[in-house]
Amino acid sequence: MRCGDFKEAYLDDEKIFQTLFVKFWLAVLLLFLICLPLVANEYVLYIANLIGFAVIGAVGLNLLTGCTGQISLGHAAFMGIGGYATAILTTRVGIPFWFALPIAALVAALVGILVGIPSLRVKGLYLCIATLAAQFILNWVFVHWESMTHGIRGINVPPPTLGGFAFDTEKSYYYVTLVLAVIAVGFARNVLRTKWGRAFVAIRDRDLAAEMMGINLFRYKLVAFALSSFYAGIAGGLWVGFMKVVTPEHFPFLLSIEYLAMVIVGGLGSILGSIFGAIFMILVPETLNVLSSASKSLFPGLEQLFMPMKEVIFGALIVLFLIFEPHGLAELWQRTKNFFSLWPFSY
Amino acid sequence: MDIIPQIIVSGIAAGGVYGLIALGFVLIYKATSILNLATGEFMTLGAFVCFTVMTAAGAPFPVSLLATIGFAALLGVVLERVILRPLIGEPIISVIMVTIGLASILRGLTYMIWSPEYRAFPPIFPPEPLDLGFAIVPSGLLWGFAFAAVCTAIFTCIFRYTRTGLAMRATASNQQAALSMGISVKSVFALSWSFAAITAAMGGIIIGNISGISIHLGTIGLKVLSVIILGGLDSIIGAIVGGFIIGILENLAGVFLDPYLGGGTKEVVPFIVLVVIIMIRPYGIFGKPIIERV
Repeated sequence: MRCGDFKEAYLDDEKIFQTLFVKFWLAVLLLFLICLPLVANEYVLYIANLIGFAVIGAVGLNLLTGCTGQISLGHAAFMGIGGYATAILTTRVGIPFWFALPIAALVAALVGILVGIPSLRVKGLYLCIATLAAQFILNWVFVHWESMTHGIRGINVPPPTLGGFAFDTEKSYYYVTLVLAVIAVGFARNVLRTKWGRAFVAIRDRDLAAEMMGINLFRYKLVAFALSSFYAGIAGGLWVGFMKVVTPEHFPFLLSIEYLAMVIVGGLGSILGSIFGAIFMILVPETLNVLSSASKSLFPGLEQLFMPMKEVIFGALIVLFLIFEPHGLAELWQRTKNFFSLWPFSY
Repeated sequence: MDIIPQIIVSGIAAGGVYGLIALGFVLIYKATSILNLATGEFMTLGAFVCFTVMTAAGAPFPVSLLATIGFAALLGVVLERVILRPLIGEPIISVIMVTIGLASILRGLTYMIWSPEYRAFPPIFPPEPLDLGFAIVPSGLLWGFAFAAVCTAIFTCIFRYTRTGLAMRATASNQQAALSMGISVKSVFALSWSFAAITAAMGGIIIGNISGISIHLGTIGLKVLSVIILGGLDSIIGAIVGGFIIGILENLAGVFLDPYLGGGTKEVVPFIVLVVIIMIRPYGIFGKPIIERV
C-alpha cells in the first residue's frame, strides 16, 4: 500500500484504479500499446498478437483454475471449439467474423458447461482427469468429424473485414487483439469484485463451507466453466482469424498444459498474474528461438536441440516456480513494488 | 475363424500391459495421494535405456533388464527427493502440475539424448505366435502379457507379503499412525516412486517390443488413466481388472466402431469410458468411496 493512501469505505478498497499514480501509469501503458505498431517491425507485432491471444486465454483459465479452484486440463480443446466454430461460421454459414466470434465463444461456453458437469460430482484429481479426457475426446472429434472440420487438412479462414478494410496484416490485426484483450482483462477484473467473483473464491477456498453459506455450487461452478470456456473460445477464434487456417494440430494437449503453466507461473487467482504469465510463457520460447537461430553459425546442429530444449525449459519453469515461488510472477512483482515504495526503510 | 474370441484374446493381452502400468499409478497414489502424470515418460525412458544397453553395449536381455530396473529405481528415488518432497501438503494443483512439468522435462531430455526417430526393438521374445485353437496370439502380445503378468504378480506379492509391503500399506491407510509405529514414511514414499518407475519402465519395454520405440511411446501413459479410474484409484485388483476391461473394450471398438466413425476409435474409447465412470461411479469398481467429513 502506498503511503498516505487511506481508505475510508469498502468501495474504495474495491476500486480497480485505486490512485492517481496507477491511473497515470496505466494510461501510459495503454498509449504505449496503441503506439507500438508505429515503431515495431512485423515480427514484434506477430509476437504481440500471440501474447494478446494468450492473455485472453490465460485470464479465462485463471478465472476457472485460479479463482474457482477447478483444475482444467482441457483449455486448448475449448480454444479449439472456438476456433472451429469461428471457421465454420465464417466459411460455411457466411456470417461476418465479428458476429461469428462471439457466437463461437458461446458454443465453446456451452461445451464448457457440458465438460464442467462432472465437477458437480467430483473434484480435485478426478475433475482434472475428466477434463483431460474431454481434451482427448474433443481433439479426436476435430480430427474425425471430417464433414464438419475437414479432418487434418483443416479449414482456411478469410481474414476479418470491416467495411471493405481487411485485417490481414500483423499491424491491423494487432488492434483487434488489443481491443479484445483489454475488454477481456477489464471484464475479468470486474467479475472478481461482484457476487460471482466472491462466490468463485468461496468455492475455491472450501466448497462445502461455501454451500453452507448459500452459494449454489451447481450454478457457480458451471458459470465458472462457461466463463472460462467463453474466454478460451474468443482466444481460439481470434487465433484462427490471425493464422487464417485451423487444424487439429493447433490445439494439442500440450497447449492446455502451456496455459496452465502460464496461470501458475503468473500467479493463481491473479488477473495481473495471468497477463505476466502469458507474456512470460510466450517470450521464453521465442527468445530461445532467436538465440538458437543466432547461434546457428557458431554451433551447427544446435537448432535441432531447440524443440526438446524448449520442453525441458518449459517443464523446469513449472517445477521451479511451484517449488520456489508458488504465488508466481504476480507475487514477485508485488514484492519488487513494495521494495521500491518502502525503500530505503523496508521493515 | 470367428473374430470375437480373437479380439477378446488380444484385448486381454493388451490389458495385461495396461494393468502393469496402472499398477505404477496405483502404488504412488496409495502411498502419497499423487497422480503421477509423468508415467508415460517413465515408460519411454525405461524403454530407451533398455534399448541402448542392448544395442550399444550388446548386453543380453536379462542384463539390460536389470540395468533398466536399477536405473528406474534410482530415477524414482531421486525425483521423489528433489521434486516431490518439497510439495508434500501443497494444494492438489501444484502436485499435479509438478508431475506434468516433470513429464515435459523428461520428454525433452529423452528427445535430446535419443532423437525423435522411430526404432525397432531388438527381438527379445521368440517370434512364433501362439495358436489357441479359437484365436491366434501374436508373439509380442503373448510374451508381453506373460512378462506383465509376472511383474504384476511380483509386485502384488511384495505389497502383500513382505515387511516393506506392510509398511507401504500402513502408510497408505494412515500416515500419522504409520509414523507413530516407527515406519519411515519418507522412505516409503521414495520406495513407492521407484516401484512405480520400475513398473512403468517394464511397461515401456513391453510396448516398445510390440510396436517399436519412439519418444511418443509414452502417450499410452495417459490412456492408462482410464484403467485406474475404472478399477479405482487405490485398488491393485482394480488396476488389473480395469486393464483387461479397457484392453477388450478398445479392441472391440477398434473393430466394430471404426468403420462407422472413420478410424482411430481405439484411442478415444478409453477416455469415453473414463468420463462415463467419473459421472456414475467416480471411485471405480473396487475403489473406496470418498467420504468428506467437515
